[in-house]
Amino acid sequence: MKEENIDWKKYLIVFFITALLFIIAAYVSNYFSNKKLVQLKDIQDKISIDILSSETQFSLLSDLSCKNVSGSFLSAELNDLGGKLEWSQKNLGDSDTVSYLKKYYSLLEIKDYLLMKKISARCGVKSAFILYFYTTAENCSECENESIVLSTLREKYPELRVYSFDYSTDLSAVRSMIQIYKIKDTLLPALVIDDEVLTGFKNIEELDSIIKKSFDMKDIKSTTKSQ
Amino acid sequence: MTSVSTIIFYTITFLSVYVQVFFLVTFLENRKRIIVRKGGIKLAKYPSVTIMVPCWNEEDTVYKTVRSLLNLNYPKNKLSIFLIDDGSTDRTWHILEKFTKYNNVKAFKKENGGKHTALNLGLSHVETDFVGCLDADSIADKESLIRIMSSFEKNPDIMAVAPSVVVHDPKNIVQGAQTSEYYLGVFLKQMLGFLGAIHVTPGPLTIFRNKVFHDLGPYRRAHNTEDMEIAYRMQKNHYKIAHCNDAYVYTNTPHTISRLFKQRLRWVYGFINNTIDYRNVLFRKKYGNFALFTLPAGLISILAVSYLFGKMFYNLGNFFLRKFSEYQAIGPSSLDLYSNFKFDTFFINPQSIFFVFIVVYLFVIGSVIFGKRMAEGKWSVSLDLVYFFSVFGIIAPFWLMKAVFNTLVSRAPDWR
Repeated sequence: MKEENIDWKKYLIVFFITALLFIIAAYVSNYFSNKKLVQLKDIQDKISIDILSSETQFSLLSDLSCKNVSGSFLSAELNDLGGKLEWSQKNLGDSDTVSYLKKYYSLLEIKDYLLMKKISARCGVKSAFILYFYTTAENCSECENESIVLSTLREKYPELRVYSFDYSTDLSAVRSMIQIYKIKDTLLPALVIDDEVLTGFKNIEELDSIIKKSFDMKDIKSTTKSQ
Repeated sequence: MTSVSTIIFYTITFLSVYVQVFFLVTFLENRKRIIVRKGGIKLAKYPSVTIMVPCWNEEDTVYKTVRSLLNLNYPKNKLSIFLIDDGSTDRTWHILEKFTKYNNVKAFKKENGGKHTALNLGLSHVETDFVGCLDADSIADKESLIRIMSSFEKNPDIMAVAPSVVVHDPKNIVQGAQTSEYYLGVFLKQMLGFLGAIHVTPGPLTIFRNKVFHDLGPYRRAHNTEDMEIAYRMQKNHYKIAHCNDAYVYTNTPHTISRLFKQRLRWVYGFINNTIDYRNVLFRKKYGNFALFTLPAGLISILAVSYLFGKMFYNLGNFFLRKFSEYQAIGPSSLDLYSNFKFDTFFINPQSIFFVFIVVYLFVIGSVIFGKRMAEGKWSVSLDLVYFFSVFGIIAPFWLMKAVFNTLVSRAPDWR
């Protein structure tokens, strides 16, 4: 019986076709990932304009009345964007674009925080603020749990505004926040509520009572103010 | 960071896609050679053929099996039929005896010893140049034998010809799933035939030149897959095996999941263990595509399915761990999946592997459709395809892994 002749060329051609398929798949994947990032950038630009507009509106009307201040209530949109950014970082790879968008996002959060604090102080809008510091640099399961606790609380209290900051964000504004509250990367997750720093995982009951207290304090303040 | 697991994952996926592309390229190379004949054909010469029917408790199906042989479009004086009762305890022998009134039918009765012993008893009585076997759960199409014999006539180098095995009268989802799978089998078998790399000469009506058994010896037990071992032995000795796509044999398939599981466990176990027995053939270029493609492709598929399944379990475990940790963090509301779930197309991950899988699925679907076309000469898609993906997608990993497990356990003592 004859020995088989092997068609080596075919084995090679099939290898190249397979490789080509993978390259095309990578290309298509990249295309869709970029589309997502563009989508994120658009959302961010829109939020940026909204915040700028609110700031301007606030300055214009500051001497007149609190009634016209919409407060813009961007919180939900901002948080939604935050979630998408986190997801993108995890799934689309930690690219330059994602980290740029994250910086931009942190800046928007700080601006929103400052603006909302002013509005709430001057106009007595019922609100509570939480600054939340976490890390993605290492595997932080407590941070993940804290995020879930915070989103649960946010659903419970629409007036609660949570601003999340990735500790490793390389942005001077975020670094200043970290310095102001003396947050250490060994003690994450960390929360700042009414200028008080809480470190380590806080469960839902603990945070719930702290938030309630914070609302009460604002209530007292606003009632004393209005008198 | 690229982890080891990612590298393994991509390597396995790459190899699996490679196998699919190899089949596709083979198809494109040979598509003109695939013909589907309608109606009867004539041969220049009609060589004598013996067909053996080994039976063990087949009272339900054997009557139809033998009837189909008697109805074959082949000269009666050129066809001997051996009915071999391998120690049945039911009415099988009673049914077989009745057929001995036909001149060309002989019936044998022996103590139970396994299918290969029944076949070997038959082989020892064969006087014709061609011999084959038809499992007692299968029915041969009227034109099947003559079409198979035409392959031998066309190419005197061919030593065995396997037919297209398709599902007989599918009645439920399990059998529907197998219908598609058998079409896929027809496609793959035909491609392997072009490559000279067929690794199984199925019990339903593969015809051999009797020289094969003269030269290479009788059937062996071979982990209860004697029809696979003989093909391995032929490949090792460079005996050509072809596939005749328009010779149909209808086979009764398992109608329950547990029977299907048992059958497939036997097949996969047979594949693994015959491959181990013939490991000195693997990757040796003198054994052709059989050694370089068929066997490695089979091993890759077992590896890929086991790995993906393991990965799925790992992910599932992680998911539950995560859920548990969420439960600890926020209590029972973590179990409320609907309120937390907001659909947003943004969260569909456009990973490259996702697109690769789409391509793989399209290949498989295409192969099933082409298989059906090769076997029945018609283009059509049926719901069986959906059953195929759901039944085999979910259960196949289990029998594959059970076969691997059984192999490891039974082989373990040999390792030292």
